[in-house]
Amino acid sequence: MKRFSLQDSDHAFVHEIELSDFIGGFRDCYTCGTCTAGCPVHRVNKEYDPLKIMRMLVLGFREELLKGDMIWLCSDCYTCQENCPMEVRITDIINHLKNLATREKNVPLGVSTQKRLLKEQGKIYIIDEFDNKKRAKAGLPALPELAEAAKALLQERE
Amino acid sequence: MEYGLFLGCTIPARSRNYELAARAVASSLGVKLIDIEEFSCCGFPLEASDEQGAVLLGAMNLCVAEERGLDICVLCSACASMLTKTAYHLDHDRKLRDQVNRELLKIGKEYKGKAQAKHFARILLEDVGLAGIKNQVKRDLKGLKVATHYGCHYLKPSYIYEGFDDPQDPRTLEVILEAVGATNVQYRRKKDCCGGPVLLSDEKVALSVAEEKLKQVRDVGADCMNLVCPFCSLMFDANQKGIEGNSGNEFNLPVLYLPQIMGLAFGFSRKELGLNLNSVSTKELESAFEE
Repeated sequence: MKRFSLQDSDHAFVHEIELSDFIGGFRDCYTCGTCTAGCPVHRVNKEYDPLKIMRMLVLGFREELLKGDMIWLCSDCYTCQENCPMEVRITDIINHLKNLATREKNVPLGVSTQKRLLKEQGKIYIIDEFDNKKRAKAGLPALPELAEAAKALLQERE
Repeated sequence: MEYGLFLGCTIPARSRNYELAARAVASSLGVKLIDIEEFSCCGFPLEASDEQGAVLLGAMNLCVAEERGLDICVLCSACASMLTKTAYHLDHDRKLRDQVNRELLKIGKEYKGKAQAKHFARILLEDVGLAGIKNQVKRDLKGLKVATHYGCHYLKPSYIYEGFDDPQDPRTLEVILEAVGATNVQYRRKKDCCGGPVLLSDEKVALSVAEEKLKQVRDVGADCMNLVCPFCSLMFDANQKGIEGNSGNEFNLPVLYLPQIMGLAFGFSRKELGLNLNSVSTKELESAFEE
């Protein structure tokens, strides 16, 4: 991993996240590394390191966090968050960082595709006539093709 | 016991085996599952890219159940966690609730906080109970050795689940298996993730996470794996052949949904439980306790 310079630190970014009642407690982290020690993704790919993400956040490395790939390797399993002795909501924080990265257009194709599908269909998979035929054959009730109310709710969202 | 049945996106399209088995088991235990066409995506797939949008979808689904005076039975762990988390936030954050309700007004809905979403397994445990489950057992599973994969969102984040099970030492799925006559086997990495959510960003990493777990389960000699989420099933069952091909490992490990194992003990047929739809064949396992 490349070295960062404290001159790149973005304090406004840190303060903005710190203001959230919900995920703002990340400064409580005393870098014990319990998060990384239990992480199932770290076990198979050492590049992914939740403790590093927490340090980068505290130090205000906004660009590296939001333009890099690291946060997108989080499997959302909550192991780090459940194990954290300081009850830092690590997984919830990383999820919020993924949202911020999405706004900066740093988002894996699979994730943006799901977002588009939900806007268009209100569900990820359309249930077509063929699916409903298979369902009927198995004795299962038919389902509507799209979810109209959900579509309507997401219509005006970015 | 009446619940609105929440299928979500993946189950009706990809996991009819889970749906079939859950409906069969629920009906034999007197749990009435009501189909509601108006349910949509739970919001989970939006959490990483549009967290407010995710909460909106979660809230909409909770409203749909609330309007019918029903609680929700959820089969998918990701859906269960999204709906439970949404209710948690809306019930604890007045400002968020007002903001969400302003949006919901556009489709004529209002969140009041009356409907609770519960995972299918939680309903079996809390509403039916182990005695009721034991009563339905008609076939001896003869100590079928099962390795349970709890998965993540069935238990976590724990702050939303109000003390249901212990994410550090989960028991709820294994006590159900014990009640139907299966034998629980323990293995390393039992609490680890299936890797599923990483599939969207890095397939290699996702499959490596699943492979780690399959190795541990194989090494303790389990007859099959037990799980309660269609994403976990995708990783361990549907992707098992691919993982074997990439890694040179051989697993040949049947992966069953909890109600498929329960259904076998209750005397349901292979077809009624959708076992013919599982990717890794379950035939050998079934023949071990056929009369």
